[in-house]
Order: sequence, then C-alpha cells, then structure tokens
Amino acid sequence: MNTKDDKVMALSDAIREYVKDGSHISIGGFTINRNPMAAIYEIIRQGIRDLYLYAHSNGQGADELIGGGCVSRLDIAYGGNGKYAATCIRFRKAVQEGTIRVEDYSNFQMCLRFMAGAMGMPFLPTVSSLGTDLLNVWGFSEEERARDPKMPNQKMIVMDNPFGGWMDTPKVVLVPAIQPDVTILHVQKADKQGTGRIHGLTFADVEQAKSAKHVILTCEELVDTAVLRRNPDQNNIPFIHVDAVVPVPHGALPTACYGYYDYDPACLLHYVKCAKDDDLHREYLRKFIHGTKDHEGFIALNGGRERLDRIKADPETGYAVNLARG
Amino acid sequence: MEKYILREMMTIAAAREIKNGDIVFGGTGISMLAAMAAKNINAPESVMFFETGAIDSKLDEIPLAVADSRVMYLAATNGGLFDAFTTMQNPITGRHVIGILGAAQIDLYGNLNTTVIGNYVKPKTRFSGSGGGCDVASFVPRCIIFMQQEKKRFVKKLDYLTSPGHLDGADGRRKTGLREGGPTVVITNMAVFRFDGLTKRMYLAGYYPGITVQQILENMEFAVDVSHAAEVAPPTPEELKILREKCDPQRLIL
Repeated sequence: MNTKDDKVMALSDAIREYVKDGSHISIGGFTINRNPMAAIYEIIRQGIRDLYLYAHSNGQGADELIGGGCVSRLDIAYGGNGKYAATCIRFRKAVQEGTIRVEDYSNFQMCLRFMAGAMGMPFLPTVSSLGTDLLNVWGFSEEERARDPKMPNQKMIVMDNPFGGWMDTPKVVLVPAIQPDVTILHVQKADKQGTGRIHGLTFADVEQAKSAKHVILTCEELVDTAVLRRNPDQNNIPFIHVDAVVPVPHGALPTACYGYYDYDPACLLHYVKCAKDDDLHREYLRKFIHGTKDHEGFIALNGGRERLDRIKADPETGYAVNLARG
Repeated sequence: MEKYILREMMTIAAAREIKNGDIVFGGTGISMLAAMAAKNINAPESVMFFETGAIDSKLDEIPLAVADSRVMYLAATNGGLFDAFTTMQNPITGRHVIGILGAAQIDLYGNLNTTVIGNYVKPKTRFSGSGGGCDVASFVPRCIIFMQQEKKRFVKKLDYLTSPGHLDGADGRRKTGLREGGPTVVITNMAVFRFDGLTKRMYLAGYYPGITVQQILENMEFAVDVSHAAEVAPPTPEELKILREKCDPQRLIL
C-alpha cells in the first residue's frame, strides 16, 4: 500500500527493501507463463533465506527459488511445469530430502486464500477437498501453528453449512486467508505510479497483489500514466497496492509473456538438465545467476539477441508461431 | 484396418466420452488432445476450458501447459483461476463440466493420488500435488481418468488421497458432503473401466484389440468384475485422420 506518485526503483533496491530473510512472499504467473523471473533471480543473487512461499502453480519461479536455497516453508497446490517437468525437479528433491517443508492445498483453495486476504476476511468457504488427505494430513502441526503468529492456527476447517442446506450444500471447508509480506508480479505495462495492465490470463495475480502488505511490479514497458488512463477498464492492478515499479524488459524469461515473447524452450530444457544433477545445478547457479549482474546478463548467457528473436511473439497470436518447443 | 499407436487409441477412447453441450476441463498432454479430438470429431458443440481462466480457446497450436499463451489466443474470455474454479463449483454451469484427470495411483473407487508415495512429510517420491485436480474431482458430475496400467498404480490403498472419487463406495460422496458425481471412466494403455451405478466399484468395461483380460488383471493390485468386458472398437480411419492432421500435426503429444 503506497500512494506515492513515482515508485520506479532499480530491481536490486526493490528486492533489498521489501524481501528480507524470513519474509512471507507470493509470486505471480503460472507454470511457464509470466513468472517474475528477473526478480526471482535477484532474490537468489542477494542470498535471501528462509522465505515462506505461497504458491498455487508457480512452476518455474517456485522451482528456481527453492533450488536457489531461498525457501524453507511452502504452501503449494501444484509443483509442476507443463511438459517441461511433470513434477518440478528441485521442488521434488527438496521435499524428498527434507530441506523444505510443505503444506498442500488445491489451486482453488490457494486462490480463495489470497482472495480472503484481499477482502480482509479470515477465511472463505468451498466444498473442494471434502473427504481427502488435503484436509486430513497436515505438514505443519497445530503446535507449530500456535507458536508462529504469521500462521493460521488450523490448516483448514470443515463445518456444517450454517445456512442449513441452502444452495444444496451440507458442509463447507473453510480455508484461511493469506497476507504475504510482499507479492511480486511481472506485468506487460505499468506506469510510474504503479497502475498495472496484464494482457491475457491474469491467473491469481490480482488477488495476490491485493492480499499483500507490499507489491513489487516488474513490467515489460513503463508507459505514461495518461496512456493507461485512456482505457482504465483494461488496467487490472490498482496503483494503491503497489510499492515499487521496476521496468525489466523480458523480465519473465524463460517463462512467457503474452503478446511480447514465448517461453524459451532451450533455456527451460537446459534448466531441466541442470536441475536433475546436483553438481550441474550448483554450476548453473554459480554461472547463470550468481555470475551475472542482472537479468540482462542472464539473457546474454542464454542465447542473447538471437534467442530473443526466435521467441518474439507474433503480433496476431501473442506467441511465437511454429517455435520448436520439444 | 489402419495402424494406430496406443496413445491414439487412448485419446479416441476418451474423446468418445465427450458429448455436445459438455464443458471440458482438461490438463495438458493427452487430456488436452482428447478434448481437441472430441471437438473436431464427435462433439463440435463441446467447449474447452482451462483452470487458468480461458474459455473456448482456438488452439491453433497445442499448448504445453494450461498457462501457455496458446490458450489465450482467440479465447472467448480470458479470466483467472477464480473464474475457472467458480464455473465448476457453480451448480448451474458445473453440472455440465466433464473433467479429465491423471494420477500416480488410483483405487477401486476411483480416488486419486497425485501427491506422494510414502510418508507425506518425508516422502519416497514427491509428485506435483493437486493443482486443480482435487477441485474438479470435488465439484463436477463426470470425470475421465487417464492411467498407466501398472500394479503399483492400481492399488488397494492410496498413499495419499488427493482427489476424491467415490470415496468409500455407494454413498461415499453424499455422506461426506461432496457434490454428486465422481469418476465415470478410467482409460489406460490396455483397457477401459467404468463404475457400477450402485456399489461405485470399478469394473472392466473394455479391452483394446490384442489385449487379454488376464493381462489387465495382472497389472492391478485389486480385483474387478470382468463379466461386462468387451473389445473396444479401434479408432476409425476418419478419427485417426482428424487426430493426426488437425489436432496434433506437430506430433507434440502423440
């Protein structure tokens, strides 16, 4: 929340200011699309630790943050990355080896939890997950929850519909609100004040932004306020929620940004190869992330200009037509 | 008869389950292809929609994830997760949704595990988790489930129940407060299973040409009724032509 007129910052400053060791964070996007990757690489570069990450299906972004050693606890619905990883590789490894701890929810439940946070309500109801282990099996115990003021005391609660059988619903599952310290999104357009415009699917980005104490908005293009305000019905992120605006061209790479560029299959496949092997992954982190100063440096090591041309979106479809994706 | 591969048989078997008027919730891979095949072959008035929020996408190219920009192009509307899941939880629209799911494990009543093998906190194998799977399985009246026919996948007891099928049987969903419905068909690389209307137990409904009932049973940990089993009709030349030339010309999934 911030009403300043000019919130433009350097990415490294924005991350330093709003993402601390132990912060509770959420990131926008979905699997291979519009993850705030430049910001994620910067978090890894700054060596931020012990994050509590709230993820619905943040495939590539979540996996790189986990692989970068930044995450200790995770609420997640889906740790996969489309055809590139049926299960995200560093996520799987970290859970199996016990280096991160997990609480599972469904995608709708995570979405409702962000929405509850955005609404300022402690919970929202659904019928999803009745009779399942999402309800019955907990990663974080009641005792641990009681000790941590930033966690709800229960994972979820089942109750009889207090309105009797209204809407033919005998029982509801209550899912607790999320209030991240910071949500980080990558959007196509923003102005310096923080009004944001997402083209294509919004996923849960809007709810995630509105639930957070602080929002960092990275964007493909910084545009004039007057331009965005000519079509306010197309703007989805109200500036009052936003604290930092960071122009980062190709800031979602290697994930896609509708209308601007496709996902980068070569980069994603290279990541998959490295992620599967601890030594290769260590070398990947050293060379591609810690060894680069910023996102421009990361892109230069990943095929540079030529690669960008290959994945550039066709203006009609919003993706790279006939791109080799295998 | 024209030659075909198993994945084509599975895709067509699933496509045949989809009818005009269905709203099809699909994931990636073979489930998306089945929905595309149905739309192009037997159910032109079915509607594909994705948990990421796109409705009736054009799909000139096959998306490699439900968040692929290819689902956004020429969709009727682009929304978000909230729109997609409320459409399924909504009793008016939700009753027309047919879900397509896959899993690491399935039991006799069609309950699914996509979360862990072994202990939850320190698992032997960790999978992706629910995603929207548990939501779809909780909300909608019909589901198609794709499985590999293997003993370790057709198990007596799931290591973790991620997505509800018929729970413990006949009255399982109603007792628990879930919406009526649940899985209707399981399609594997060998067979097609359905669920008894009364007991909600899985039974063998069909086997593919060249596969024996014995082979199928050897690849399951639990026994099923096989008395209704008949050979599944192979894909027709027409079905194959559309599937290959129109749905997956780049051979990304087949």
